Amino acid sequence: MLSEVIANILTTQTIIAIIGAAIFGMFMGAIPGLTATMATALLVPVTFFLDPVPAIATMITAVAVAIFAGDIPGCLLRMPGTPASAAYTDEAYQMALKGDAKKALGIGLLSSSFGGLFATAVLVFVAPSLAEFAVRFSSAEYFWLVVLGLSCAAGIGASDPLKGLAMLMLGLAVSMVGMNNNAGIPRFTFGEMALLDGVSLIPMMVGMFGISEILRYASNSKRDFGDPIRSTGSAIRTSAAIIARYPVQLLRGSALGTVVGALPGAGADIAAWMSMGISKSRSKTPAKFGSGHPEGLVEAGAANNSSLASAWIPALVFGIPGDSITAIVIGVLYMKNLNPGPELFTTNAPQLYSLFAIFVIANLIMIPVGWAAIHGGSFITRIPRRIIMPCILLFCILGSYSINNSTFDIAIMLFFGVLAYFLEEAGFPIAPAILGVVLGPMLENYFVTTMTSSGGDIFAFVSRPLAAVIALLLVSVWSIPLIWRLRQKGSASITRS
Amino acid sequence: MRYAFKRDLLKSIAAAIVAVAAASQPAFAWPDKPITMIIPFSAGGGTDATGRMLAALMEKELGQPINVVNRPGGNGLVGHSAIAAAAPDGYTIGVATTESMSYKPTGLSEFQPTKDFTHLAVYNTDSTSVVVNADSKFETISDLLEAIKSGETVRVSTGGAFGGSYQIAFGLLLKDRGIDPMLPTYVSSQGSAPGLQEMVAGGVDVTLTTLAEAASLIQAGKVRPLATIGDKRSPTYPDVPTTAESLGATELTFSSWRGVMAPAGVPQEVADKLRDAIRQGADSKEFKEFMDNRGFGVAWIVGEDLTSFLSASESEMATGLREIGLAK
Repeated sequence: MLSEVIANILTTQTIIAIIGAAIFGMFMGAIPGLTATMATALLVPVTFFLDPVPAIATMITAVAVAIFAGDIPGCLLRMPGTPASAAYTDEAYQMALKGDAKKALGIGLLSSSFGGLFATAVLVFVAPSLAEFAVRFSSAEYFWLVVLGLSCAAGIGASDPLKGLAMLMLGLAVSMVGMNNNAGIPRFTFGEMALLDGVSLIPMMVGMFGISEILRYASNSKRDFGDPIRSTGSAIRTSAAIIARYPVQLLRGSALGTVVGALPGAGADIAAWMSMGISKSRSKTPAKFGSGHPEGLVEAGAANNSSLASAWIPALVFGIPGDSITAIVIGVLYMKNLNPGPELFTTNAPQLYSLFAIFVIANLIMIPVGWAAIHGGSFITRIPRRIIMPCILLFCILGSYSINNSTFDIAIMLFFGVLAYFLEEAGFPIAPAILGVVLGPMLENYFVTTMTSSGGDIFAFVSRPLAAVIALLLVSVWSIPLIWRLRQKGSASITRS
Repeated sequence: MRYAFKRDLLKSIAAAIVAVAAASQPAFAWPDKPITMIIPFSAGGGTDATGRMLAALMEKELGQPINVVNRPGGNGLVGHSAIAAAAPDGYTIGVATTESMSYKPTGLSEFQPTKDFTHLAVYNTDSTSVVVNADSKFETISDLLEAIKSGETVRVSTGGAFGGSYQIAFGLLLKDRGIDPMLPTYVSSQGSAPGLQEMVAGGVDVTLTTLAEAASLIQAGKVRPLATIGDKRSPTYPDVPTTAESLGATELTFSSWRGVMAPAGVPQEVADKLRDAIRQGADSKEFKEFMDNRGFGVAWIVGEDLTSFLSASESEMATGLREIGLAK
């Protein structure tokens, strides 16, 4: 079988497909407003003319590379490409401001690659059993998981937890706009048709991160990137050395990402935010978070890519897509007669193992292609910001428009940009608001789904064993630090008396 | 001197353009610029996939590029309205779906596909199927309906938004069998796959979906199809009975559909040319293979048939929505 696998991969068509897809994915991911989902959708007509293995190879490679590439505008321009990368955009951007752009991106690249390889290993060895576990999650379990994600993230980037919580609530409130609720009734749309689908996330994100930064620059034009000389040299070795300092974080992020990513109702967003939260709470130096500290980047970067790779597990085993990307890929699998299902693992083994091999190749080819993009992209840090800022504004507008081809989204971007500027000036972190918008609809959906199917019985949230376990986990996440602090206070007062 | 040369050059270019334009001006020159195809749902869904495939094949026939533009929002209302509001010159077309028939009955908008579109062709129809867990106590569709009738709590995932076409089809089936369509507990979901997953996890008892969307789980032995609502068996699953056979519900024909539409008032010649291009695309081997592999039902409804199909579908949709309490 090994020879078959090698013969499948070492064809001119496959090799060209992989290299082409890597460059295409890098391009799509690095341009703000173009997403990995769009990259996959645009590849579908191309795959029609390819053999099965190269067809799927283009998708695997383009997605893996595009997701990493989305970190580039996040780090250099403060424009996160995906909700997941919004979890660590500020951390990377702060590093870029200090002059460490290449180091930050290098860390993102290497930890993404590692996370992808980790999830691939899991995919190869335990896919069917992990998928069996994943499909046991019903809406009650997902509800608790979302609450867990929300509570992990409430503290990210906030010097004052209360301000973080306020922003989370703002995000949850914004997420209620639109008719994508369980009843399908329009809410808070004020009769505006463009709001029926809710406030579009990407324009809001671009506004809150990008536009607010442009405004801040306009009001204080001294803020410039740090001395770029520090970021030259063999930054890849420096990045590798930094990652090597955080092996626990790297493994923890990859493992968490793999498990959460394999749950079709959770996915990369929750994984990245959760691992950022865990990283901060388990860190020896939590105070450094938010000031350009690489620790969280390592963990969340690994979690982001590993969860994307493990989203393939339920997709390949049961044909259940975890996100819009795997939904498209499942369609292509059907077209190529590689129908997802347990049979794929038995009857189509050579082709399946070829796919696994391509996962490995894709996560490796990412390093040279990504490195070239980092080199190409980091020239931005050498351009004076008075020139780069108007260009960022242009990209913000283009990116916001291109998501839904709607001018209304440009207005959304501007509104949230101005809002975020004032909020940040007042010390409110914006990342929790993004998380609120991402998880708000899930929170509501899983809550209402559980309540309707149980006929309004609130105990349905704890009556299933798995749900009860996650609920307990949640209670301990909240209570253990509290008890710990109370006991410390208690012992402190005893010594004082 | 150089200036004069430049002017001469411009002149000759202008002359050449006029000449080419005159030469390529036959009796009817449509299309002489790229066409836009609006998809009312986001990239990656079934409407997007079939639309893009068709667009790629139509490009060959029309000799002009077709730009596919996703305009998602409001369960398709944003995109459907954008198709209807475009200039009726044939340069803007779009893919319309069953959802377009629900806006007026639910009071969301005055938009009506029977009135606001130039109807080109419906290329896909899919029947709804009733799917249960592999270890479910319901062995046949009659078992399920008996349980619902007896007042037992049966949790039914609508496999999509509340009031979507699957739920309409199921509601019409219950009504046809003399059962109150409001009896089951309906649980909405963000699509077929999340609905099926919820069922496998034990959150609901029944999922309404298509056989194509449940295929992998059927093959994995996790779920079991009870019946297809309608009177035609699926060619890919010839063993799954229809409700017409197993219940005698022969009047039920409601199915979800996808078709290419243009704004109302497109000139006859242009509409004919578009319809021709769609037919060429839909008839091609590539398109048929694509539809078969993905499990989409191939259909071809045009002309008089299309008019009556759409009005029948529209009134069934309105009835269904009223029965489940969603129509105003």
